Amino acid sequence: MKPAPFRYVAPRSVDETLALLAEHGAEGKILAGGQSLVPLLNMRLARPQVIVDINGIRSLAYIRRKDDRLHMGALTRQRAVEESATVRRQVPLLWEAIRFVGHPQIRTRGTVGGSLAHADPSAELPAVVAALDAELVVRSPSGERALSPGEFFAGYLTTALEPTEVLTEIRFPVLPERTGTAFVEVARRHGDFALVGVAAVVRRRDGTIAEARLAFTGVGPGPVRVREAEGRLAGSAGTPRVFADAAREAGARLDPEGDIHATAQYRREVAAVLTRRALELAWQRSGGRTR
Amino acid sequence: MPTRWFGERIPRNEDPRLLTGRGMYVDDVRRPGTLHAAFYRSPHAHARILRIATDQAKALPGVVAVVTAQDLPERIRGPLPKLIPHPALVHHKTQVALAGEVVRHVGEPIALVVAESRYIAEDALELIAVEFEVLPAAVDLEAAAKPGAPRVHADMADNIAAHHIQRAGNVEEAFAKAPHVFRERFTMDRGSSAPMETRGVVAEWDPRSHQLTVWDSTQAPIRIRNYLSDLLGLPQANVRVIAPDIGGGFGPKIMMCYPEEISIPWAAMVLERPVKWIEDRREHFVATNHERLQIHDAEIAVDADGRILGVRTTYLHDCGAYCAYGLTVPIVSGTTLPGPYKIPNYHAEYRAVFTNKTQTSPYRGAGRPHGVFVMERLMDRVARELGIDRAEVRRRNFIQPHEFPYDLGGLIYQDGVRLVYDSGNYPEVFRKTLDHIGYADWAAQKARHRREGRRVGLGFAFYVEGTGIGPYEGCRITVEPSGKVYVATSVGTQGQGHYTSFAQIVADALGTDVRDVIVTTGDSGAFGWGTGTFASRAAVVAGNAVALAAGAVRQKTLQVAATLLEARGDDLELAEGKVFVRGVPGRAVMLGQVAAAANPLRGVIPQEWEGPGLEATRYFAPPSGAFAAGCHAALIEVDTETGLIRFLRYVVVHDCGPVINPMILEGQVRGGVAQGIGNAFYEKLVYDEQGQLLTQTFMDYLLPTVAEVPAVEVDHVETPSPLNPLGIKGAGEAGVIPVPALVASALDDALSEEGVRITEMPLSPSRLREILREAQTAPTPA
Amino acid sequence: MNGDPAHTTPAQAPARVPARRKRRLREPQSALTIRFTVNGETVERTVEVRKTLADFLREDLGLTGTHLGCEHGVCGACTVLLNGEPVRSCLLFAVQAAGAGIETVESLAPGEGLHPVQAAFREHHGLQCGFCTPGFLMSAVALLRDHAEPTEEQILETLGGHLCRCTGYQGIVEAVRAAARTWQR
Repeated sequence: MKPAPFRYVAPRSVDETLALLAEHGAEGKILAGGQSLVPLLNMRLARPQVIVDINGIRSLAYIRRKDDRLHMGALTRQRAVEESATVRRQVPLLWEAIRFVGHPQIRTRGTVGGSLAHADPSAELPAVVAALDAELVVRSPSGERALSPGEFFAGYLTTALEPTEVLTEIRFPVLPERTGTAFVEVARRHGDFALVGVAAVVRRRDGTIAEARLAFTGVGPGPVRVREAEGRLAGSAGTPRVFADAAREAGARLDPEGDIHATAQYRREVAAVLTRRALELAWQRSGGRTR
Repeated sequence: MPTRWFGERIPRNEDPRLLTGRGMYVDDVRRPGTLHAAFYRSPHAHARILRIATDQAKALPGVVAVVTAQDLPERIRGPLPKLIPHPALVHHKTQVALAGEVVRHVGEPIALVVAESRYIAEDALELIAVEFEVLPAAVDLEAAAKPGAPRVHADMADNIAAHHIQRAGNVEEAFAKAPHVFRERFTMDRGSSAPMETRGVVAEWDPRSHQLTVWDSTQAPIRIRNYLSDLLGLPQANVRVIAPDIGGGFGPKIMMCYPEEISIPWAAMVLERPVKWIEDRREHFVATNHERLQIHDAEIAVDADGRILGVRTTYLHDCGAYCAYGLTVPIVSGTTLPGPYKIPNYHAEYRAVFTNKTQTSPYRGAGRPHGVFVMERLMDRVARELGIDRAEVRRRNFIQPHEFPYDLGGLIYQDGVRLVYDSGNYPEVFRKTLDHIGYADWAAQKARHRREGRRVGLGFAFYVEGTGIGPYEGCRITVEPSGKVYVATSVGTQGQGHYTSFAQIVADALGTDVRDVIVTTGDSGAFGWGTGTFASRAAVVAGNAVALAAGAVRQKTLQVAATLLEARGDDLELAEGKVFVRGVPGRAVMLGQVAAAANPLRGVIPQEWEGPGLEATRYFAPPSGAFAAGCHAALIEVDTETGLIRFLRYVVVHDCGPVINPMILEGQVRGGVAQGIGNAFYEKLVYDEQGQLLTQTFMDYLLPTVAEVPAVEVDHVETPSPLNPLGIKGAGEAGVIPVPALVASALDDALSEEGVRITEMPLSPSRLREILREAQTAPTPA
Repeated sequence: MNGDPAHTTPAQAPARVPARRKRRLREPQSALTIRFTVNGETVERTVEVRKTLADFLREDLGLTGTHLGCEHGVCGACTVLLNGEPVRSCLLFAVQAAGAGIETVESLAPGEGLHPVQAAFREHHGLQCGFCTPGFLMSAVALLRDHAEPTEEQILETLGGHLCRCTGYQGIVEAVRAAARTWQR
């Protein structure tokens, strides 16, 4: 399984990258961690003419707090996220989810931006980004734009990125106090893509859910938010009955597809189960008591 | 003769080499001037080839040759050899080296590209254009077996390769009179052995000496040598096939005359440059034989106490597009099914069916998992229906220790020999297993778990495994003047530790250190008579040949040493690499000195020596198989909301007679269990309706990782086999055989409230939830 | 992470740059000359850019201890250390290793004898056919270098990134646990 011929270039800056992408357009493909792209190259399922290797652009890997957001360079290695006490404290949902991404050897090279740009429908990070309403910063020759997850994820393995654009930064909101998050997933083996996964955020006010977010992976072409369920949760008490109702609602609203690993019905049912579990966890972590 | 090494768990001789990256697997073979091969493979499950255009591919710089069927000499253009014929195998269809007219499965090779690198060869594949007339494909096994299905082989009236019945007693009478008859259908789906090392062939032809050397990741190098000699028109003496270090075999590498095994050596001869072909993983999924798909309709007749009156099964076996290897798998299923139980009346009837899918041949277990699955599930069914404890119902039916040798009433095993169990102690194996897993107070434990909201099940499954079949294996042992002992045997090694276990046998016989015994396996140039490593036979058959040869060398050593030490042979001992007079350690001579003395430069050697040197060649040809047995038990927890399972404990009690190296044996068992777990819950080859294989990577064909495999507790019972001097029985497949049955048993127990009855493998979390739902909504059985 | 790419001579002449560009645009190449260290020795070769690091190590440098089991990053047999971290060499191109330090299984016991991790694998029967073993060893070495007392979870997490078809994993787990104790590092 050897890749088709291509030419290779390793720019040293984002500007250079953009210039190269402008030059080579649709024939060019960015190579970041390579853990998703190179298998496709080896299997000849992807055959770009030009590979633009951005791994040498050190300025694209950083983790910086700015106001109420954690700014993360797109080239930040998943392993760095896993080992970052800052991320663990400030964006625990990301930290929790990253440990489901593949295996340590994959996370050594895999990048946060790469996983998002690849947009696998069963990947963990898109659900995290969707649940947090993180901003995805995209640079093009004409400037910079910040996209919401809804704007960024455009379908099965598709994002809003033009061939001439680069995802440079992800801005994760640092959630206020009394907010709990949880990422749970079901996979056939540890480290596999999720059959179903859910990222949950619960902001608490005393015994009530002030706001809730539910973002799913494995149930659609991209990450899926179930806003109806979120709406119902807001203002409700943090009780098992409420979580169960939300779970039922989510299960009813989702419309997953089946494949050789799991049927649509399975994904829908398990999505409901995981919704309940994630909400319970997130509620507990928000400081809420469970009866 | 006291044994010092036999039975010891000593570290392996081969490990330092393998651990330091100094193994030589077929892709590590480097010959000057090597060219690299790639195959254009059929994208269709069934099609006529109308036209093959290779000019563009040939013109690509770096491409040396593009070969299609018409370029092959007649001797290798047609169907390749039928390996194991059988009277029932009426249509013994075999594969070709390169398809020229018809392709019958996705992945069948059509053109061979040879280039300066594999990268360029794959580039060239994309320049080959083939015009196909796509034909309807027979994919689903049951549909393919019906009249009117698309015919895989146009010269046949249907897709039935063989129809075979084996009987004992009178099942019709038994079932007619039986108070209770229970019927069930069981399905086991396609799987792949998926060794970490794919297949590969390197061939080098020397036109000056007329020598062909082939390195092949095969479990049968000597037989490959014989086939190549025949097919390429070369004397056997001019062909050397070496099975180097092999990264796992597990069965599919015992298949002989894979297309590539023939076309690559031929290409090397024609091009007069070494040619290397290394199968990549996606190729492996379509080009290396599969196994496992069988559908059984089975019924059991019992009396009111659960005693078996008869068992009957009719089944379909999926051959794939060809059946070169023959009927081993379905025969083994039918003859393994009776297991440890007394079954006075038995009927096993199958049809082997062609389908437009990759060919099948034995994969670890080789049909035994199916037999065990059917029988153990039937026994659990009897227990449940009659309200008898599932352990007790088995005890009532076990063959008892005093009843060996036990004749199964006329069934013929895969070696063509009447099925007779040589020895065993099934009640003891069973008792130990139940003891270890805590069966006695399981009901209370289970209830405790239930109160905590946990669904935990205890399962067990018993099997009897025919091992150590013939026809024969051989061994030559030579002591060199250095004192080191060189052992050449006919079987190959794919990780089973033969370099160590065989050395242990020899070291005991000759009184040397086990590290001074150097074993060569799998090289037709080193030893030219043998069959191969398969069917849990290498330790038994080759191991006994090793023992016989070692015994002969020992006798010779004593003979020669007696002369040197002016003593009688009876008064001599071999130990610590020396021969010495018993009680007088000072009167000693090194083993190497004896070897040197046995090969004098001048003078006369006694007639009784029967030749020079300390060397002997012996063969062992077992009269029939030796029957190992075992029982697995496990506690499995089910998350009913997600369908995920978790092993809480896993116990194996195993009887393979005396054990040469317990560490190696336990490794074999544990590795087998892991593959069995894969068969039960993770590994399924999925074909779509057009015969496209949807699972062609490790992302879709899921092998268990450390997280999915529990620690396995292993205990032993030893009932030696009377059929070979060492008394040993095979163990290579023991770990995998009962696992699907065991998992089903445990899941039934965990989900007994819902009345779940598992009758299919493999499962998945999604399928398990479906089964659970079906059981919950099904009407309760009367 | 990569260091600065130590590319030297591109194998084809760079294209002429149009005057309107502010700076010279790097020209994509089909082959590059790269320099990096492998097992402590500096290596400089010209290599086709699409050649994977795994193939380069095996073919160009003759280091056949690193094996290919799948070429899509799942099995782990090809795992080597890049700047001390375990990576799939089948998912890296050789040119990407420019300027980096690569360690393969051959570096563990350069002379006679076995590295403590290798010795532990032998003692605890952590290998059978040996094909997956070099990958496991490199991951284990990286883990144990980073963690003086790895937890059971860390050991399983690291080993979970590798497939073995022979051992059932138990011997491997026991070997790594033992090596954590016996390897003085």
